[in-house]
Amino acid sequence: MKYEAPVGKTIFDDAKIVGKSTRRIDGPLKTSGMAPYAYERHDVASGQVYGYIVGSAIAKGRIASMDLEEARSAPGVLAVIAATETDPLGSSNFNTAPLFGGPEITHYHQAIACVVAETFEQARAAAALIRTTYDRDEGEYSLSRTVEQAASDTSKIVSENVVRNGDFESAFAAAAVQIDQTYTTPDESHAMMEPFATIAAWEGDKLTLWTSNQMIAWGRAAMASILRMPKENIRLDSPYLGGGFGGKLWVRVDAVLAALAAKAAGRPVKIMMQRALTYNNATHRHATIQRVRIGADKNGKIAAIAHECWSGNLTGGMDENGAAQTRALYAGPDNLTASYLTELDLPEANAMRAPGEAPGHLAIEVAMDELAEQLGMDPIELRILNEPETLPSNPSIKFSDRHLVECLRVGAESFGWANRKSRPGTVREGRWMVGMGVAAGYRGALIMKSGARVSIDARGKISVETDMTDIGTGSYTIIAQTAAECMGVALEDVSVDLGDSRSPVSAGSGGQWGAASSTAGVYAACVELRRMVTEKFGYDPETASFADGMVRDANVVRALSEAGPLSAEDTMTYGDFQKEYDMGTYASHFAEVAVDAYTGEVRIRRMLAVCDAGRILNPLTARSQVIGAMVMAAGAALTEELAVDKRFGFFVNHDMAGYEVPVHADIGQQSVIFLDTLDGVIAPLKAKGVGELGICGPGAAIANAIYNATGVRVRDYPITVDKLIAEMPDVA
Amino acid sequence: MRSFTYERATSPQQAAAIVAERKGAKFLAGGTNLLDLMKLEIETPTHLVDVQDLDLDMIEETAEGGLRIGALVSNTALSADPRVMRDYAVLSRAVQAGASGQLRNKATTGGNLLQRTRCPYFYDTNMPCNKRSPGSGCAASAGYSRQLGVVGISEDCIATYPGDMAVALAVLDAVVETIRPDGTSRSIPLGDFHLLWGDTPDKETVLEHGELITGVVLPKPPGGQHYYHKVRDRASYAFALVSVAAVLQPDGTGRVAFGGVAPRPWRKDEADAALTQGAKAVVEQAFAGSATRDDNKYKIALAERTLAGILAEARS
Ligand SMILES: Cc1cc2nc3c(=O)[nH]c(=O)nc-3n(C[C@H](O)[C@H](O)[C@H](O)COP(=O)(O)OP(=O)(O)OC[C@H]3O[C@@H](n4cnc5c(N)ncnc54)[C@H](O)[C@@H]3O)c2cc1C
Ligand code: SF4
Repeated sequence: MKYEAPVGKTIFDDAKIVGKSTRRIDGPLKTSGMAPYAYERHDVASGQVYGYIVGSAIAKGRIASMDLEEARSAPGVLAVIAATETDPLGSSNFNTAPLFGGPEITHYHQAIACVVAETFEQARAAAALIRTTYDRDEGEYSLSRTVEQAASDTSKIVSENVVRNGDFESAFAAAAVQIDQTYTTPDESHAMMEPFATIAAWEGDKLTLWTSNQMIAWGRAAMASILRMPKENIRLDSPYLGGGFGGKLWVRVDAVLAALAAKAAGRPVKIMMQRALTYNNATHRHATIQRVRIGADKNGKIAAIAHECWSGNLTGGMDENGAAQTRALYAGPDNLTASYLTELDLPEANAMRAPGEAPGHLAIEVAMDELAEQLGMDPIELRILNEPETLPSNPSIKFSDRHLVECLRVGAESFGWANRKSRPGTVREGRWMVGMGVAAGYRGALIMKSGARVSIDARGKISVETDMTDIGTGSYTIIAQTAAECMGVALEDVSVDLGDSRSPVSAGSGGQWGAASSTAGVYAACVELRRMVTEKFGYDPETASFADGMVRDANVVRALSEAGPLSAEDTMTYGDFQKEYDMGTYASHFAEVAVDAYTGEVRIRRMLAVCDAGRILNPLTARSQVIGAMVMAAGAALTEELAVDKRFGFFVNHDMAGYEVPVHADIGQQSVIFLDTLDGVIAPLKAKGVGELGICGPGAAIANAIYNATGVRVRDYPITVDKLIAEMPDVA
Repeated sequence: MRSFTYERATSPQQAAAIVAERKGAKFLAGGTNLLDLMKLEIETPTHLVDVQDLDLDMIEETAEGGLRIGALVSNTALSADPRVMRDYAVLSRAVQAGASGQLRNKATTGGNLLQRTRCPYFYDTNMPCNKRSPGSGCAASAGYSRQLGVVGISEDCIATYPGDMAVALAVLDAVVETIRPDGTSRSIPLGDFHLLWGDTPDKETVLEHGELITGVVLPKPPGGQHYYHKVRDRASYAFALVSVAAVLQPDGTGRVAFGGVAPRPWRKDEADAALTQGAKAVVEQAFAGSATRDDNKYKIALAERTLAGILAEARS
């Protein structure tokens, strides 16, 4: 089915199941430990043995020698696979860092060997017996240095993405009020709970990978190209994931080594990448340096806005476009948004939850706060005054459906914004300095083609199969809700089978496109199935209705079960009309913080997000998504940083004790409000994603609240006590 | 992890004797630190002597009016003991500020004193580290040292003693009691228990091989107001950037110790003596001779501000 034009009224506008808060249908399995994660699939292949990964001790250079003898003769060892004995594998086309093979080292903890043994402990002990020597090369590990060099030597910029509208420079120079500030954000790790893990088994030339992956079809294609085998001979299965956040958009070395090891050992092999390797072996979010310039008139009307972002990556890698949201957020006829990429020899940087936009808001939304203060204006009123009519970076593009102003107004009312004191450092409760902050949020609403197969059995039960994944987001539930709604059955009568590459190819989970795209695919398959049912019954497909397990047309009624078994498959695709629109999701974010006047410790007392993301398919699971994203944004604002050792070229704090994500005690109350909106441009369900919207803005709201509490502006994230006390007034 | 043998000790002296006999032997208590380090092959004992069956899990009153805390008393039990909460609140608070509920259930008083540093390079066996492999160098000294020591450190090692409990024990003038393989016992003032790194950062305490901690003795209650303020990057489940333990009397005199800054809980008589003159004077005394790096020099200002907060609270 092709979505060619915005729809009018659909069955979802009178929905009984879609749009209602519904507990996760996989919840009981999750909470009782019965939902098996990749490493726990003990029953899928018998005789499983264990692989243990060895990571490179250098960041750049090559392996000079590897002594594998001791490891090979250690107790229980079945096979040792070494980079020096393996030709470089094929490229995955999704990543730039090579996953395995050959002596070249391009980043720290790159996999150089895998030991396979009867037990995990034997594999680990034997891995420690491998002796490797290296020829170390000099590398470039400092983003600030490459960016500094790029200022005079443009060849240091290896790629750029620049959008200009009007003449920013002249308009900025002429503006009565100007802001020109630079913000830095550090490298960040996905740090999801479930590490990368795979069980691999061969049957002849056919390979099965039980793994943990967000994008099944991409993973299958990548494995085919890495192992240079036909993708028809590869099956990926990933029904449950313990988080991904973009880190599992790609197959990682656990899958590759499990496949190689299973072949070498002649047994199914399971590998979980050790936690300590994940930070340097896998991908991470780029650090950024961002410069924001805003020129406005005395009343706050923005004339010129520029947001430029620099990041670094391995040769051939992607950038982190921190300027992306600034193309859409504020009116300002003369604007410039740009992302520049330099080269670094750190591990590969790649997509992490709201790539670009998550760190981008930490710059633009603080700059707006700084502008409001300079103007003596309320920061909410400043934003509302500069609400654009069409896309500021390309005014011929319309917004599909946008209610940012309403988000701000509803949020201000609900949060008690009127009680905020605009002068910083004026609210004191004992030793605590208290302040409030606000930020707007924008995240593009992507939509991807997505397919599904929907079947009715002889009992009238519906089953859905698609390679869509549920990475903890609630996909199982919204897909079941969609199918139940379309086929007129109860939620309990729908079963959902996800994450298997034998099922129709879906959009997968990424870029907050999963919910809107995968449900549209299920809808397409249901429409086809309904047509087949009516055909079988001889009903008019236009007038037939499906409800309560029955199908009605004029005066005739038959049970849906009478149509079974019947199965339909379809894929939803999209017409070019969407190119005329900017499809986005919008939010206002509020935070109240207390900062210890002595120590600079920050505690978040309250957070609120007001979201405009079209139809909310399941408010309960959507709320969980936004809450989790707000927590992650709090981490980006206050604690999370991969610390770079610029001599050895690696992230030093590569474990969960050193890479600090927020804990419950950091944050008091969190609230989420969804505006009741519908976006008919994006898809027939008129729904958009929220999982990344929730991380776009809260960090800036926290930073602004810290400023309001203390009068200290830290533009170098994360905002830690050492940076705060350096600027806070003396207390002794 | 290297393979090892394991046995359960039946008496303190027997435990000490077995460990003394075998070069690669170590005591195992809660295992929350030792087992982690064994998995990484930072510790490679060949024989473990599990002390959990020993009768060392009581908190008893001493004839002097203090308390004797058995070496196997868990952190949870210690911090929840009504006598500790009433008379030694600084200790109860310090223990509660450490690790997590699950870890405190397993962690013992003896093991806690001996927990090893959290220097990130110590944990990465690819990196040079004089503490882990003597003579290999110190990767932290010119590297990422935001968490590391600023006083009492050496050229060869800038790591800290990371724990919380011992910082409170330091202000309480606690004494560590041990039994040696020959059956003799000794009492070691807490201030003398941890060594400064000097040029042998692999040697961390005065204990001899095979010497077993049997308990920690608290002198009679010091009275006064008790404070433990641990500053860290998140509100729980993180090691201290700086912590301050203080016992303050109504006349403004008292005792103070700092955690997260040095190879041992950092306490100086001169610093105690300066308490009536305010936080700045105390910190000047306590941190005399400090050696900071760009990324950890904030610790001295933070120590001062943290203490200033405590002194302000004491006045109010
Ligand atoms: C994730 C995590 C977070 C943590 N956070 C904190 C924190 O914030 N603050 C804090 O203070 N601590 C923290 N800890 C450390 C924790 O407090 C220690 O691991 C624990 O106290 C050690 O006690 P144990 O009984 O488990 O020792 P074990 O691991 O059993 O032993 C540690 C060492 O002591 C030796 N030993 C044990 N008992 C004796 C004895 N009776 N005599 C002689 N030697 C003995 C062992 O041989 C070993 O070398 C944390 C630990 C973890 C894992
Ligand atoms: S500071 Fe000490 S523990 Fe850390 S690397 Fe240097 S020697 Fe090792």
